[in-house]
Formats: sequence, structure tokens, C-alpha cells
Amino acid sequence: MFPATAKPDGVLPGFRLGLGYTLTYLTLLVLIPLAGMILITGQLSWADFWATATGDRALASYRVTFGASFAAAAVNALFGLIVAWVLVRYPFPGKRFVDALVDLPFALPTAVAGITLATLYAENGWVGEQLAKLGIRIAFTPAGIVVALIFVTLPFVVRTLQPVIEDIEPEVEEAAASLGASRWQTFSRVLLPGIFPAWLTGFTLAFSRAIGEFGSVIFIAGNMPLISEITPLLIISKLEQYDVLGATALAVVMLVISFVMLLVINLLQWWAANRHSKSRDGDAAADGLALAGARP
Amino acid sequence: MTARRATAEPRWVRLLLTGIALGFLFLFLVLPLIAVFWEAFAQGAQAYWDALQDSEAQSAMLLTLTIAALVLPFNIAFGVAAAWAIAKFQFRGKSLLTTLIDLPFAVSPVVAGLIFIILFGAQGFFGDWLAANDIKIIFALPGMILATLFVTFPFVARELIPLMQAQGRDEEEAAVSLGASGWQMFWRVTLPNIKWGLMYGVILANARAMGEFGAVSVVSGHIRGETNTLPLHVEILYNEYNQIGAFAAATVLALLGLVTLVAKTIVEWRMRKETEMLTAELPPKKIELPPAVATERP
Repeated sequence: MFPATAKPDGVLPGFRLGLGYTLTYLTLLVLIPLAGMILITGQLSWADFWATATGDRALASYRVTFGASFAAAAVNALFGLIVAWVLVRYPFPGKRFVDALVDLPFALPTAVAGITLATLYAENGWVGEQLAKLGIRIAFTPAGIVVALIFVTLPFVVRTLQPVIEDIEPEVEEAAASLGASRWQTFSRVLLPGIFPAWLTGFTLAFSRAIGEFGSVIFIAGNMPLISEITPLLIISKLEQYDVLGATALAVVMLVISFVMLLVINLLQWWAANRHSKSRDGDAAADGLALAGARP
Repeated sequence: MTARRATAEPRWVRLLLTGIALGFLFLFLVLPLIAVFWEAFAQGAQAYWDALQDSEAQSAMLLTLTIAALVLPFNIAFGVAAAWAIAKFQFRGKSLLTTLIDLPFAVSPVVAGLIFIILFGAQGFFGDWLAANDIKIIFALPGMILATLFVTFPFVARELIPLMQAQGRDEEEAAVSLGASGWQMFWRVTLPNIKWGLMYGVILANARAMGEFGAVSVVSGHIRGETNTLPLHVEILYNEYNQIGAFAAATVLALLGLVTLVAKTIVEWRMRKETEMLTAELPPKKIELPPAVATERP
């Protein structure tokens, strides 16, 4: 895979040092531990693995995790599009401040978000009290999980869409308008198809982040098995019962899903970058991936 | 004033969309931020102050700072080394390597903690050997450092790779051909060029290192006063219905988050400024496409 002796590219030094250190560190810290986890599932028979990975509680936890993640990513796709559009196109006082604030979920530790949202949406909390009058309960129900995930994944759609909306060439809109399109027609038939790949990328980044999220969810979820228990929590409860193999089986399922998501995101970004390559050399895609990491 | 530009929305649409966007951000970002401080000061400043003076809170803060201080240098060194190799040289398997570097971001924090339990836990691969030699990794500081290293692994590299790729190799090659040694080139040419990008990555990595909950929670064992980081301390107090204590500790983390946001914004601003200066100095490299091609959409 990597050539044993690197052909020196011109005169610059440090290739072997840099690559050697990178590979060693990556192998020790990431590859060996991940391989170890997959190896240890070998101690489980296929039947046992399957029974653990598809037990009632596990299946229910996948439903909760994926359902809530999808709902949160969908809410953020809708509002993220509006926020990105407003931030790029409309002037209003305090815009730079609002723009910087969008990244708050990446900077605020998830446990802080968790206890705060749980307090806000509890029946005696600021928001929960108002909703209780309407007969809506959020905290300690699956809806609470969605609220926590909306917070945690809020920046993804906004940040993937912003550069793409900035780069829309005015000529495109002018052409559509001069050919008689209404503003809405221009938006839905001309602009939206152009930003769609980036939009979908933002949605997928949010979704994939939401699936693994733990810290912000557990405080507000109520954590009732079969009803509001997310998969990462089920892994932890197996660990607490010293069922390391059971926990590992579920973790492998999550890992496979993560890999698939990573692949989908890479494909989407490749698509978005190709669509977009003429202006920013796929900057938007790079920004989006950079965000995937920013999950303090 | 009836003629409105055909490429702008009507005024009421603009107001409505701005209202929706700001309302959404207020509900999900501003309100929680206010609530953290509101809850912490619910019983006055004295109660808040006392909660922060608590010895367990203080040892949690110290542990959080220790972990961040130990983790960051490793990941900075890795990030610079990886970016140097990937951005400045051509080799086979490069895109695979870039994907592998991103891997920790795709893994759930809980799974990130679990992989170290499997390696070093009592039932893990090295469990017996570690027990025989009386080395404690899981439920102790080394395990928490490993978990934090894992979750903050890609930050610096991620920031530096595109930046160093964009800067190209010309300046370094000039330095080396003028007789600079490798280290001279690095300290005098490369580092000044990447300092803002590096700082950006470090800011993000630091926020994650100090705020990490899931991965650290799995390997920490929650021993009070010993293996409780500040986020874990928040959890314990909250679960004991100690609202004031939990939110007092949470304000410290929230301030960390706010400082991160401000620092990040300043660095972004500096980076944009430097890029603008750079592009202003250089002649335009891009070949202008004819308008017909430029506006064509598939």
C-alpha cells in the first residue's frame, strides 16, 4: 500500500519522518484498537452475535437511535436551509454575532447541553411548562432525544450550505428572472437543484453525527428500555453488567453503520464537489468534512 | 419604489425568513446558553461560588486541564507530521490514509471508549498482563488520556492538510535550495505559514478534549476526586439532584465553549485576511471560463 522506500519528491526533507510518524501513531491509536474490537467478536459464535445484535432491546434501540437521528437531521435540514439563506442573503443587525453563534453546539460540551436541555424541557422548565399547557411532553420521551440531537447537529446543514449559497452566480438568477420565472420558481427549479448535493451532504453529516451521540441525549431521554434507550446507552449498560462481549457485538454493528455513513458522505461530497468544482474547487465539501470533526 | 430587483424576495418574505431563522436559533442556542447561567445562580452568587470551591469540583477541573495538556502536544505533532507528508508529497494510498485519519470522527464516542476497555480492561487482550504487572490503564488516567487522544485525533491534521496543500511547496523548496536545514525550513517558513490554521485546529481539539463525555465516561470508572473530569462531575451532581452544583460546574464548561467560539472567530477572521492579502498579491491563476460554460448547470 505504502511504498517502503519513498521516492523523494524534489528536494523537500521530512517525508519519511512525517509519514512514518503518521503511520505509527495511526496504527497504535486507531487501527489496532479498532481491529482488536473486531477480533474479540470472534470469541462469540455467529448465533450468539446475531442474538445479541438483533435482540428485542437492541432492535428497539436502533429504532430509537435512527428514528430520532433522522427526525433531528430533517428538522435541521429545513431550518438550516433557512438560516443559511438568511445569513448569506439578508442584512440584519448583529449578523456576525449570530453567524459565530451557530457553531456553539461544537464548542459547548455535550454534558452541559444535556442537563440544560433536560431542565428547559422538563415539565417545570421554561419551555416544558409552556408545552405542558398544550399537553405536549418532551423531556424523558423520545421527543426529548430529538431535541437534544437537533441542538448537537444544528451547525452541519448551515455550514455546508453557506459557502454554496455564497457562490451562486447572480447571472443564473437573472437569467431565470428575465425568462419570466417567479422568485419561487427560480428558487425551487434553478437554485435548489444547484445546492441540493450540499444540502444532502449536510443532512447526512448531521444524521451520522446524531447516531453516535451520547452525552447530550442521556439526560433528556428518560432512558426507558425499548422506548427511549439509544444504542450507545445500551452498550454502556451491557458494560456495567460486565457483558463486554455483548457490548462489543452492538459496538461492531454501530461501527459498520459508521463506516457506511463515512462512505456515503465521501460519495456525496465527491458529487457536491463535482457539481461545484468550477468556482471553489470543492471548498464547500472540505468545509463540510472539517465540520464533521468539530464535535466538542 | 415599486420596482424591486427581480432576483430578490419580497420584503415580507425576507422578514418572515429572518424571523424564522432567528427564532429557531434563539430557541435552540440562546435559550440553553442563558439557562445554564440562570440555573447556576438560582440560589445566588454565594451558593454558586461555594459549589465551585468544592474540593471534588476543583480536582475535576484539575484533571480536565491535565488531560488536555497531555493530549494536545501528541495530536499537534501528529497533525503537523501527517499534513506535511500528505500535503507536500505524492505517494500511493494517500486518499486511503486521509480517510483513515478521519475515522475517529465517524466512531461513536461510546465505541471509542469501549475499544480501550477491550484492549486494556480486566477481560481484555492485555488485561492479565497488566494486572500481573500492577499497571492500571482502565479506570485510571492513562485510559482517559487514550480515549481523549482517540476522539481528538483528526482535528489538527484536518485543518492543516487543505491549508498546506493550497500553499504548495514553492516556499519550502526555495528555503532548502538556499541552504536551510530541515528544521530551519520548518521553523522559519512552514510554521509561520500555517500558524493560524494550526491554532484553529488546536482550539477545536482543546474544546473537545476538555468537553468530551462519552468516551471518557466509559473508561473513567467515575472515582470521585480521582478519575472524574469536569463533564463527568456535572453528570454525577445532576444525577444526585444537586442542580446548583451541576450547573455551577457547567458554567465553567460553558465559558470554555464561549471562549472557544470567540477564539475560533478571531482566528477565522485572521485567516480570511491573510488569504485576501495573498490573493491580492498574486496574479490571478484561474482560467476564466466563458460565461456560457460558467453558468451551465447539468
